[in-house]
Amino acid sequence: MLDIRIDTKRYPDRGGRPHLALSGLRMQVARGEFVCVVGPSGCGKSTLLAIVGGLDRACAGEVSMDGAAPADLGFMFQEPRLMPWMSVLDNVLLVVPDGLREQARARAVELLRAMELGDVLDAYPGRLSGGMMRRVALARAFVNEPALLLMDEPFVSLDSPTANRLRAMLVAQWQRCQASVLFVTHDLREALALADRICFLSPSPGRVVLEYTVDLPRPRDPSGAQLEQLHAQLLARHPELLAGLPALRAEAAHD
Amino acid sequence: MSAQRFAPPASAVPARPPVPSPTSPHEPAAAAAQGAPAWREERRLRIASLLVFVLLWQLGASLADSRTLPDPLAVLARIGAETASLALPGHLAVTLGRVAVAFAVAMLVGALVGMAMGRWRKVDAFLDAWLVLGLNIPALVTIILCYVWFGLNDWAAILAVAINKIPTVVVTVREGARAVDPKLLEVARAYRLGRRTTFLRVYLPQLVPYLMAAARAGLSLIWKIVLVVELLGRSEGVGFQLNVFFQFFDITGILAYTLVFAGVVLAAEGWVLRPLERRLGAWRA
Repeated sequence: MLDIRIDTKRYPDRGGRPHLALSGLRMQVARGEFVCVVGPSGCGKSTLLAIVGGLDRACAGEVSMDGAAPADLGFMFQEPRLMPWMSVLDNVLLVVPDGLREQARARAVELLRAMELGDVLDAYPGRLSGGMMRRVALARAFVNEPALLLMDEPFVSLDSPTANRLRAMLVAQWQRCQASVLFVTHDLREALALADRICFLSPSPGRVVLEYTVDLPRPRDPSGAQLEQLHAQLLARHPELLAGLPALRAEAAHD
Repeated sequence: MSAQRFAPPASAVPARPPVPSPTSPHEPAAAAAQGAPAWREERRLRIASLLVFVLLWQLGASLADSRTLPDPLAVLARIGAETASLALPGHLAVTLGRVAVAFAVAMLVGALVGMAMGRWRKVDAFLDAWLVLGLNIPALVTIILCYVWFGLNDWAAILAVAINKIPTVVVTVREGARAVDPKLLEVARAYRLGRRTTFLRVYLPQLVPYLMAAARAGLSLIWKIVLVVELLGRSEGVGFQLNVFFQFFDITGILAYTLVFAGVVLAAEGWVLRPLERRLGAWRA
């Protein structure tokens, strides 16, 4: 069980005034649960992940995973962030703890094959397309079979068929290794396609203002009628909550 | 990258890889096949340039007095004689030893200081004035002072050479340390890679182009300074020997030693540094 309690998180603003990014945020993720965090841009979603991942320790609050600070985790950033001087396989093996790399090699190769990257194991990332680089980053996040997976809008700026393929791969790997996932996005449809539960954040300073359990059977069709129906329902029921989401704003303008 | 006062040569700056095209895995192989003839052509040009140089020398020698400018064959014969008497190999070995030690010391100290200055602003602020001083002190001054303070010995000689080289290494490596991508370091932190792995596999590879630039510039600077150091205060080595030839107006001897020494440095550059750089930069090809 991942337990997140953030009382306050401040940033020094550009003018020197502190900016309150998160305030009074409570969140829990059960073992093996897939939780999406949805909120308007600038509400502190990425900050939340940085705190949970231990990248940002300057905040008042506490994050614990089964009683200890989370350490066994995979992290996917908005950009692939691969080491350009390492081959695809070495990029994945980089995050394996020292001494376990040889044992992990077979698993890494198998993982990359499952992501349809079997032909480019020895290629450098500079040779790959954007979608392929994300798949390498996805394999890197899973290679240690972590207990916790943190994902910061990992599929933005991909065309939608590519993104849907990556989402299917993510769900397949998640179901296989039963990690807890905390997935940040501003795209409600993406959240509905992926999550067991969605936590909606308020505009800055961010806190959880609504939790919603997604009752859709898996596998889900990201452009299916069921999902569309749920999307419309949510929008109708909580217009004020979701007003800050850019995708929804654009739709509201259409209607 | 922003404007820099001391940038490494353009070829050494870590260029972003070309925009990824919708690749097939076979593309790299095709590119390599195309690259091979270009590489051979380049080698042909290098050899041609050497031949033109020798020809011009011969031409100059036949016009000038043979005592002021001996022709290439005379110099070649002298190289043979000096090698047979073991004088040249002995002096050369001593000088190369000094070059190697001074180079290693300068690269190590310069890289460490450069990384520290690129990483911590306070260290940078503290050492910056020293750096400017170090960059601007004439080599001759450090050499004389080292001999006066530490005596006419090998350590003073090597120290003097290293002190001359360290500031330029610092400047280049500092530039590299400032350009290190914090996003990649964040990956290392997120995955709990540990200090050693982070340094060796995430941080250091980003400095490689700068270290290579410093090494190549360093080698050419160091071997020039080593000769001056030897000329001023040692009784063996190529620099000392050149001074002797100068006293006797022995131009053939000077050219013979210079040629051999330059040949060794060229070989080090062409057979060690350039292949090393090509291997480490393979991902950018």
